[in-house]
Amino acid sequence: MPGTAQTRFLSQLKRNYSLYTGGFIGFVVMLAILEQMGVPNKMLGYIFLGATVLLYASIGILSRTSDVTEYYVAGRRVPALFNGMATGADWMSAASFIGLAGTLYLSGYDGLAFVLGWTGGYCLVALLLAPYLRKFGQFTIPDFLGARYGGNLPRSIGVFAAILCSFTYVIAQIYGVGLIVSRFTGLEFGIGVFVGLGSILLCSFLGGMRAVTWTQVAQYVILIVAYMIPVVWLSVKHTGNPVPQVAYGYVLEKVSAREQVLNDPSTPEGAREAEVRAIFTQRQESNEDRLRQLAAGGADWLAAEKARLTRVADDLKARPNPDPAAIAAAEQAASTFPVEVAAATALWKKAADSAKTKAAPIQPHAEPFAGKDETERDNKRKNFLALMLCLMVGTAALPHILMRFYTTPSVKEARHSVFWSLLFISLLYITAPALAVLAKYDVYTLLVGSSFSELPSWVSAWATVDKTLMSVTDINRDGIVQLAEITIGSDLIMLATPEISGLPYVVTALVAAGGLAAALSTADGLLLTIANALSHDVYFKMVDPQASTARRLMISKGLLLVVAVLAAYVTSLKPGDILLLVGVAFSLAASAFFPALILGIFWKRANRTGAVIGMSAGLGICMVYMVATYPFFGVNAPLWWDINPVSAGIFGMPAGFAGIIIGSLLTAPPDQETQDLVDYVRYPNLASGEKSGAA
Amino acid sequence: MQLTERHRQYWKKTLRLSGVLLAIWFIATFVIGWFARDLQSLTFLGFPLPFYMGAQGALLIYVAVVGFYAWRMDRLDREYGAQEGEP
Repeated sequence: MPGTAQTRFLSQLKRNYSLYTGGFIGFVVMLAILEQMGVPNKMLGYIFLGATVLLYASIGILSRTSDVTEYYVAGRRVPALFNGMATGADWMSAASFIGLAGTLYLSGYDGLAFVLGWTGGYCLVALLLAPYLRKFGQFTIPDFLGARYGGNLPRSIGVFAAILCSFTYVIAQIYGVGLIVSRFTGLEFGIGVFVGLGSILLCSFLGGMRAVTWTQVAQYVILIVAYMIPVVWLSVKHTGNPVPQVAYGYVLEKVSAREQVLNDPSTPEGAREAEVRAIFTQRQESNEDRLRQLAAGGADWLAAEKARLTRVADDLKARPNPDPAAIAAAEQAASTFPVEVAAATALWKKAADSAKTKAAPIQPHAEPFAGKDETERDNKRKNFLALMLCLMVGTAALPHILMRFYTTPSVKEARHSVFWSLLFISLLYITAPALAVLAKYDVYTLLVGSSFSELPSWVSAWATVDKTLMSVTDINRDGIVQLAEITIGSDLIMLATPEISGLPYVVTALVAAGGLAAALSTADGLLLTIANALSHDVYFKMVDPQASTARRLMISKGLLLVVAVLAAYVTSLKPGDILLLVGVAFSLAASAFFPALILGIFWKRANRTGAVIGMSAGLGICMVYMVATYPFFGVNAPLWWDINPVSAGIFGMPAGFAGIIIGSLLTAPPDQETQDLVDYVRYPNLASGEKSGAA
Repeated sequence: MQLTERHRQYWKKTLRLSGVLLAIWFIATFVIGWFARDLQSLTFLGFPLPFYMGAQGALLIYVAVVGFYAWRMDRLDREYGAQEGEP
């Protein structure tokens, strides 16, 4: 009986992955012993990253397949629990693993938009999409659009949108891979990208979805272990409680108390902070002053100013007792003084802006939408809610996530599997805010007020690795660290946590391996989505429906290779920052797919004309708004209702819904066959006795 | 395939359940987010309430919503004989 085969399969999986988890922990312990024996850190980093990548590759090779159902949807026999783990790894990207805690550290309450947005979307997946897509039971998301709306046009728009958002997203992931590999092995970024790419391909090339699924389960175990160990340790260090999620309320109170002291100039520490901030205000003003003079005097003023600075340096040299330090400073000022108007404007604008941020008082961590007046606060609230909605709806529309729910054995298992996915994902997202608060407490109490001559070792270690991640400068020259003198990059918090909590280097290597697992697993799923959209939807469904199985898989694997190399090439050009790319992907998916998928299931009247109009309108508006408002594209049109470009989906979604509804109502209802399809997906088993789906 | 009255009832119940759960999702996310500044003075487990909801409470509600839906739909399937054969 097939039922017992599935039960046997499940218990075998449980046994295998328990053994694997035990083996992994043993491996970490062994490396810790090696570290004690004096093996150098760099070597440990190599062993760690090398061993995990090798592991993923072996799972990939063991799962090779030439069966279409196995290749596209892992044979539709992934049990709910394991599909949940795979979805978790598929979902949590480099940005979640490395960047999220830092974003929360830097922006406090307002950063919670990411935590909520990246989990709440699963309610939409569970209630509105997963069970119905599973019942539909084909291979890709454009498949559903093609079958529901009929004809090649809805499918083609779906393919275009799927490729557009997955490709943007995959670039962000490969970027993360390159960053981690280069930071922990010392390889160059470009080489790191291609090394990472090689391991992604080894996972997915031979076994498609089947290989990706079983590697993702393995990657989930690594990434969650890697995330938890340092945070638990830090929590024990500061609270004595090994459950950080419970313990940090108490730490948050202390952080808030500390913020008040540091913001209050009548306390000694607050006075020193105020002193540093005053210096930053001066810097901001002097840069703004220069900008004004530049605007008035242009290139002539710039040349005259440079000449004046050179004269100052020469005068210093001509004095009877020359002061070498002063001369060096003056020469430095003269030689770094910009020559071109554009360069000067950019340089001083940036300096003025960064000084302005530093000159502002500390924003209380737990205060929502802090701002100087009601307009600014309202603005922040509006953007917080808009971003949250875009991230949630984007979650429920990104094809690489929805595709995972095709792989369960039944509709029931699909529903259960969304629950497991969300549970496994929430584990990390509930921990990230705790980590941010614990790290903040460490910085506010141990780093602030310490002497520059004896900085904590992790501070000096990271400051030498990368100035943008960590730097402390004694601005007011009092020999003591003030909060305003510390610059922390968002990626630092997670990367440095093991050292902040005083754990051995092997845990740092574990965190790197976890970050790599997060980036690789997401990249795997995305590349597969793109390759499948091209090979299944374009080639098999539109170009050559008679193609043999072998030919289809060959095309798919070939395309995977081409897409991967192309993505790595684009990444090596370093286009823009990760969060920007991620935001673009979510807003695009939300605008293009969500309305068409939802109305396709819940509104029988929706037809092809409506879908075509709605999807193009949603995608179009979203893209136009992004191009017009992202500074990156250089158009800089005014914002609509002050909504940031990252939330462009907020305009694309209503346009999509309106387009489908109006377009459908103006034309004839869909035929009986399509309406029957809608009924088919709504009921797990429409007629008793009839065989259900492709279970 | 002609839908029977029971089919329609099943679908209506599904829609109602989804609607109620979506309302909970909406309140936990957007209503609390909108009033975050006004709720700032309330505390829960030592956290200011809005911060707790954003960092933990809402997530637990989401997990509960999805879990309840899976459990309730399984029962609904059996009540209406819409469940699948053992795969």
